[in-house]
Amino acid sequence: MILLSQLINGVLLGGYYALLACGLSFMFGVMRIINLAHGDLAILGACLVFFIADQTGLSPFIGLIVMLPVLAVGGWALQRWMLERSLRAGLLVPLLTTFGLAIVIENGLFEYFGADSRSLAPYIGDFAFDSWAITDNIYIGELAVLIFAVAVVLLGGLKLFLNYTSLGRAIRATAEDADTAELVGINARAVYAVAAAIAVATAGLAGVFLAMRETFSPYSGPTQLIFAFEAVVIGGIGSLSGTLVGGIVLGVAQTFGAQINPQGFLIAGHLVFLLVLAGRLVVGAMRARGGMHGLFARRP
Amino acid sequence: MTLLGVEQLEARHGLLQAVRGVSFGVDAGETLALVGANGAGKTTLLRTIAGAHKPAAGRISFDGVDVTATPAYARLRTGIALVPEGRRLFAGMTVKENLLLAAAYGRSGHWSLEAVLEAFPLLQRRLNSRAGNLSGGEQQATAIGRALMTNPKLLLLDEVSLGLAPIAVEAVYRSLRGLITGGTTIVLVEQDIGRALSVATRIMCMLEGRIILQGVAKEMTREQVTEAYFGLQRSRRNSS
Repeated sequence: MILLSQLINGVLLGGYYALLACGLSFMFGVMRIINLAHGDLAILGACLVFFIADQTGLSPFIGLIVMLPVLAVGGWALQRWMLERSLRAGLLVPLLTTFGLAIVIENGLFEYFGADSRSLAPYIGDFAFDSWAITDNIYIGELAVLIFAVAVVLLGGLKLFLNYTSLGRAIRATAEDADTAELVGINARAVYAVAAAIAVATAGLAGVFLAMRETFSPYSGPTQLIFAFEAVVIGGIGSLSGTLVGGIVLGVAQTFGAQINPQGFLIAGHLVFLLVLAGRLVVGAMRARGGMHGLFARRP
Repeated sequence: MTLLGVEQLEARHGLLQAVRGVSFGVDAGETLALVGANGAGKTTLLRTIAGAHKPAAGRISFDGVDVTATPAYARLRTGIALVPEGRRLFAGMTVKENLLLAAAYGRSGHWSLEAVLEAFPLLQRRLNSRAGNLSGGEQQATAIGRALMTNPKLLLLDEVSLGLAPIAVEAVYRSLRGLITGGTTIVLVEQDIGRALSVATRIMCMLEGRIILQGVAKEMTREQVTEAYFGLQRSRRNSS
């Protein structure tokens, strides 16, 4: 019974990871940029909503509606003024740029908010810990279910958007071949800016849910980046449905790890990530060298 | 009436000067064939006209408007469409998606999904296949269809027969003849001189980034074009 409970909670936690990883996966899929500031942008979103709630007493859910467009515009500007320019200098430069941006965001937030841990939980009242009792032993948190539902709707919606709308097709075409996309009338620069806006806004959304479920500080970003990165790699880079699966695998692994040992939470997650990564490398090497026997063949 | 005007156009790839001061015009309804050896600058010239390559100097006017500084995606809206060398389809997307994508940003006009399928019936049963899984001929038909979906006034075709089986080349050129008689203005790059002479109204031969021979296709002989193609005229002139 306790295993079933852990499984359900692990899957729900996976929803959060999928939500967090969505923007990272999307940005890499479209622009081939690994955004090392992704976790910090999530925390920036959380801080913004915290600031609004703290100053005005407004519910974080209303703060969210204000924050999302702000981060979307931020993402647009980030692409136009930083990433686009750094991309011209080669593929490695955007990596350094976002690394620098991560440091700037962390220290900027530290400057204003200090090192205190904060949470949005006090601003959402009972919702932070309310749960439904399924049986005597199984409880599922209402907030966890909401986060999971948002993740499924967001990833599913994004997939439908990419497949069935004209702008979505333009994004896919640009991701595949920006040069040719221009030749069929697509303004690739504008498409990239829209993709960055979507990616950064979803990061902020995930950050707010993090802040509702637990505490955060200005330096919480890198940990979230690692979780997002693990979910993306487990699920397959650039695939949205894979991201959901990757998030769930990571969430379930962490929850079962915590069941074995309280320290096992992180270790189990990292282990599964490393196993999947090693598995992918082996499969990749096998494909490259032609089948199972190729794995043991000597390199030419 | 001159549809496309190119004046003293120069284009570079880094230090390499691919197009060196080229000037010519294309009248509406004309079919101009560009011939020349590999590296003569044909592809770069076409890409520069389409806006995919920035010119180093010179002027391009289209339909009476200077489009030299217009980016590729906006130039498409004025009515210039390029079928790039190597087809360059979006391999992960279906044929239908490739076609609809172009229609979303092009001009409105005769060409719709139905009209393209009528011109290229072989695409009918491949509509929902991924473009990457098609045969070379089908891919080329999709690439031309994609350009047509934007309802261009000027269609630029870069080596549409490259890498195709002879039977597929035949099919593609049969469709092109339909376009030409329909009045579409076409500039095409073709390695096969015989084919260029038979399909085009005018021939232009390039060598090392310059136009060294141009004229009405009917008045030119295969030998004349071949000589220009290999730069024989110049070497003969130099030796005499």
